[in-house]
Amino acid sequence: MIDQAGQEAAIAAAVAAWPEGVRREEGIDMPVLIVQAPLIRPVCEELKRRGFDMLTDLTAVDWLPMGKVPRFEVVYHLFSTRGMWRVRLKAPVGEEDPVIDSLVPVWPGANWPEREVWDLFGIRFEGHPNLTRIMMPDDWEGFPLRKDYPLEGTERPAPIVRE
Amino acid sequence: MEETDAGSRVASQPGPDEAEAGAEQESELRPMEINLGPQHPSTHGVLRVVLELNGESVVSCTPHIGYLHTGMEKTIEHQRYQQAITIVDRMDYLSPMTNELGFVLAVEKLLGIEVPRRAQVIRIINAELSRIASHLVWLGTHAMDMGAMSVFFYCFRERELILDLWEAAAGQRMNPTYMRIGGLDGDVPDGWVEKARAFVEEFPTWVRDYYRLLDQNPLWVERLRGNCFLTVEDAIAHGITGPMLRGSGLALDLRKSAPYAGYEEYDFDVPVGERGDAFDRYMVRMREMEESRKIIAQALDRLEPGPVSVRDDKIVPPPKEEISRSMEALIYHFKLMTEGLKVPAGEVYLGIEGPKGEIGYYIVSDGSARPFRCRVRPPCFYNLQGLPLLVRGQLVADVVTAIGSTDIVLGEVDR
Repeated sequence: MIDQAGQEAAIAAAVAAWPEGVRREEGIDMPVLIVQAPLIRPVCEELKRRGFDMLTDLTAVDWLPMGKVPRFEVVYHLFSTRGMWRVRLKAPVGEEDPVIDSLVPVWPGANWPEREVWDLFGIRFEGHPNLTRIMMPDDWEGFPLRKDYPLEGTERPAPIVRE
Repeated sequence: MEETDAGSRVASQPGPDEAEAGAEQESELRPMEINLGPQHPSTHGVLRVVLELNGESVVSCTPHIGYLHTGMEKTIEHQRYQQAITIVDRMDYLSPMTNELGFVLAVEKLLGIEVPRRAQVIRIINAELSRIASHLVWLGTHAMDMGAMSVFFYCFRERELILDLWEAAAGQRMNPTYMRIGGLDGDVPDGWVEKARAFVEEFPTWVRDYYRLLDQNPLWVERLRGNCFLTVEDAIAHGITGPMLRGSGLALDLRKSAPYAGYEEYDFDVPVGERGDAFDRYMVRMREMEESRKIIAQALDRLEPGPVSVRDDKIVPPPKEEISRSMEALIYHFKLMTEGLKVPAGEVYLGIEGPKGEIGYYIVSDGSARPFRCRVRPPCFYNLQGLPLLVRGQLVADVVTAIGSTDIVLGEVDR
């Protein structure tokens, strides 16, 4: 069952190691760490070493309509298969140059979800082995899950069919 | 990706100018690239896999997805919470009830409500029926890929009964939208419990039939046993969950280890494999169906009369007979239908054990009636990512085994 003490120790260690860059908040479902974007890889390595061995999910949120600065947040959900703990990491990423370190060296499973976030939000992952579109066609323009992308899509010329 | 004993497996035809060179040059032939899919019966939809082959053995395997991408997460941002249930239904369309369950539990967590006991029990019955239905389709199609045609007909015959139960309860066979925020669409009709009980009683004899069709079948055993291995370490590193992870030997089932929706009250086992090959995954899913049957049987015994929705007019529309009597009830009904149900601002992640693995919902609410962001953590997406691990050093025919034993639904992978 869920081992609360181990979870607390792992999270406290991550906060203690980077007091400037990691801030803790309490979510209604799990603890939340706000991590400065450049620190994401060392923080994840530390959490992995302390028991958070699975990257359950990786996604992003676009805060444009709320006027939040920085505009994007990359959201990570980590999970410990031994202690059944969870923690949510949120890394704010700016609009002008949305880029954050890739987690593929830590968890190979970050490969596809990072491609998906690049494809749909336009956030680049530094050090990703193959950062290409995964859902949309390779030559697509724009990032559909951004809030300023219209629901009904954008006008796109009909594909040229060669005889 | 490395190749193992490629030399012994090379079976390509030598080209015209190499014809004289003979057998010793065969191992130096360039690898060949072929496309499996997107229109191939064994890819279960529209999955395209680019295979690099050295003779018949797989050098590398690259899955390409996205052919079914319809922007469901974007669509959900533009729907009200109640309407979004119809969309999550259509992701893993073989197991709609578990999709719904995860979504409504996440929203209920944001609202801070708990559903009445009868609703909870009926939800569990349907979620487990959903698991059985999903595993039946997996078994039928997996066996068909391996050339055992008749299993498919048996599996679909039984799945039909589950769809009948859903049709009776919700009015829809495929995408029932039966679970609602705050409870259920309605109570089950008269005679439903008896039908469900008949299904539970008959089910073991059908499972015995599947075992009889497959376990003694040398082709089936040959193609699954000792093929498509997955280690626990690889599975964890790639975020692979569900029967894939349990087939490799780790007993991680969220129903047991982090119970939700009342699963802690039920008595069931978590089957695990020993070696992590395709046969172990087959056995895990087969035994899971029996465990699901056990849960349904227990739940049917616990079913007591009572309401199936919370009584909160701001979340669930008031009953029809009240609307015609009470002005207030009419106003609440009107507000819910026109404005929708407002969810307090906040964020929540909730993962449940779907038939394919952990299906999670990360919902960000801004306090309005529409989710600001709804991310679905698709188990098939992560499981499919591990496909190259399964086919490492295998023959091209084993790719079909690997896809079948991964149990993917492209509707969920691509969303």
